[in-house]
Amino acid sequence: MITPFIIKALDKKASWVVAILVAIAILVPIANLALPRDSAFHIPNYAISLMGKYTCYALLALALDLVWGYCGILSLGHGAFFALGGYAMGMYLMRQIGTRGVYGDPVLPDFMVFLNWKELPWFWYGFDMFWFAAIMILFVPGLLAFVFGWFAFRSRVTGVYLSIITQAMTYALLLAFFRNEMGFGGNNGLTDFKDILGFNIQADGTRAALFAASCIALALSFLICSGIVRSKFGKVLVAVRDAESRSRFFGYRVENVKLFVFVVSAMMAGVAGALYVPQVGIINPGEFAPANSIEVVVWTAVGGRGTLVGPIIGAVLVNVGKTFFTAAFPEFWLFALGALFVGVTLFLPKGIVGSVSGLFGRVRKTEDQHPNIHSAAKEAAAE
Amino acid sequence: MKEAKGSLLYLDGVSVAFDGFKAINNLSMILKPGEMRAIIGPNGAGKTTMMDIITGKTRPDSGDVIFDGEIDLTEHDETDIAAMGIGRKFQKPTVFESHTVWDNLELALNRRRGVFSTLFYQTTGKDREQIDEILETIRLTARREELAANLSHGQKQWLEIGMLLAQEPKLMLVDEPVAGMTDAETDETARLLREIAKTRSVVVVEHDMGFVRNLGVKVTVLAEGSVLAEGSLDHVSANEKVIENYLGR
Repeated sequence: MITPFIIKALDKKASWVVAILVAIAILVPIANLALPRDSAFHIPNYAISLMGKYTCYALLALALDLVWGYCGILSLGHGAFFALGGYAMGMYLMRQIGTRGVYGDPVLPDFMVFLNWKELPWFWYGFDMFWFAAIMILFVPGLLAFVFGWFAFRSRVTGVYLSIITQAMTYALLLAFFRNEMGFGGNNGLTDFKDILGFNIQADGTRAALFAASCIALALSFLICSGIVRSKFGKVLVAVRDAESRSRFFGYRVENVKLFVFVVSAMMAGVAGALYVPQVGIINPGEFAPANSIEVVVWTAVGGRGTLVGPIIGAVLVNVGKTFFTAAFPEFWLFALGALFVGVTLFLPKGIVGSVSGLFGRVRKTEDQHPNIHSAAKEAAAE
Repeated sequence: MKEAKGSLLYLDGVSVAFDGFKAINNLSMILKPGEMRAIIGPNGAGKTTMMDIITGKTRPDSGDVIFDGEIDLTEHDETDIAAMGIGRKFQKPTVFESHTVWDNLELALNRRRGVFSTLFYQTTGKDREQIDEILETIRLTARREELAANLSHGQKQWLEIGMLLAQEPKLMLVDEPVAGMTDAETDETARLLREIAKTRSVVVVEHDMGFVRNLGVKVTVLAEGSVLAEGSLDHVSANEKVIENYLGR
C-alpha cells in the first residue's frame, strides 16, 4: 500500500529535489565545520543560522502551498501552526535549562518564578522529555487544524471568508499568548535556551546539525507532498480546488478531503516552527502576528503556487531579499515586499517556477505536435 | 411511501419556496426503472430546482422524494446521493478544467472515494478498459491527454456525460445537454443519450423541441413549479394549457 505511494512520490523531478536537499544537508555542515576559515568554500557561522532560518521558512511555504496551491484553501493563519510548533519546542528547551536559569529553580522556568508561581502548570508536564515535545510539535498544530477545519469545512465556509477567519484565528492566538496568565512567558515569550538533547545550543556543531535536520525535514515533507499530489487523492484535491460542488456531485466528501490536507499541512508548519526556534533562540507571541502569515502567502505566490518547488524557491529568494533590504534600506522593505506581491500578481500569476516551466512546456509541446499530426494522418489514411 | 414501491424516483407533493417565491409547488412525478423522461417547460418553471432537490443541493419545504422505492433523499446530502447512484449533468458544462480528459474520467469512476482509498489508489487494468470504452462512446479517444480546458463546448458536454457514465449511476439527470451545440452535435448527443438510456434511467431537461422529438420518449411539462401535462410529445403538444403556457408563446 505504501510502496506505490513512495514510487509515485519519487518521480524524476522530485528525486532531484530530494537529492539536492540531502546533498546540502551533508555538504554545508562540512564546509562550515571541516574546512579551514581561509578556504574559499568555508561557510561562516552566521550564514549557517541564516540558511537554517530560510530552510524552515521554505518548509512553512511548502505546507501552505499544499493547501493553497493544490486545494484552493487560502490560509492566512499558517503562521499560527508554525508558532505553536515553535512553542512546543520552546517549552522543551525551557525545561532543559534547569538550575542554570537566573533564579536557579530546578523545575520552574524563570518567568514563572518571576510571576511568583509555585507550581508548574499541568500543560507544561512532560515537556522535559524530547519525545513528548516531538509528539506535541505534530499534535498541537494538527489538533487546532482539525478542530478549526472540522467546523469551517463542514459549514462550507470557503474563499475569502475562510481566509478571514484563519486570520482571526492567528490574531486571537497572538492576543492570548501575550497574556502572562496563559503560562507561556507572555510578551517576552521563551528564550535563553541552553541545550538541546544534551548538546550546547550555541555550539557550532549543534547549529550545523540543526541546519542539516531542517534540510532533511524539508526533503521528507517534500516527498510526502509529492506523494500526495501525484496520487489519485492529489487529483481530487485539484478537482475540489477548481470545481468544489462538481466533486460533491461525483460522490467525494469535500470536507474530509480538505480536513485531511489542512491537518497534514498544519503539522508540517509545526515542524518548521519547531526547527526554527532553536536556530533563532527565541519564540514570542510576535510569531502569531497576522503579517507573518501573509508574508508566507507572498513567498508562495512569488515562487509559484501549485508547484512544489516554487514555494521553496520563493521563500528563500524573498528572505534573502529581505535580509539584504532590511540591512541596506530598512525603511523600504515593506514597500519592496508590497511591490513584489503586486508585481508577481500582475506579471507572473503562476510565480517564478510556474512561468519558467510554462515556457519549457510550450517548447516541448511544439515538438510533440509533430508525432500527433503524423498519427492523425495515419488514422485518416487507414479510414 | 407505498406508492413508491417499484419506482426508481418518486416525487409526491414536493414544494419549496425561496423568499416566498414558490419555485416548486406541489410537484408529483414517478419514474420507473429503466425509463427515459424528457422534462420541458418555460424559464422559471422549476426544472433546475427540481434537480437540485433530487440531488440534495436544496432541501424541500414539504413532500416526499423517494429513490429506489425506499430511500428518502431529503435526509441525505450531495455526496451521499451521488454515491447511491444519482448522477447529474449541469446546464453549463462543468468538468475539471486543469485535469486531462483521462483524469476527469478516472476521477468520476465508481470506485471507493475516501481520503485513504484515493491516497493509496492504483489504477487497475479494469479501470483502463472502462475509461477506454467510455472514451470511444463519447468520441474523445484522440484527445485523452488533452486538458479538459482545451476542449470545445460540445466536447466538454460529452466529457461530462462520459464522466456520468463512469460514475455508473442508476439514474442520470441531464440538464440542457444540447444548449449551445451545433445541429450535428445535437443529433450526436441524442444518439448518445438513447444509447445510455438502454441500461439506466435518464431524466433530460431540455428547451429544444426538435431534440426532445428526436429522443422519442415520454414528456413531462412543468410550469410554475408543478406538472402541467404528461404523455407523448404529440399528446402534450395538443394540450390547451400547454399551448397557452409554453408552446404558444
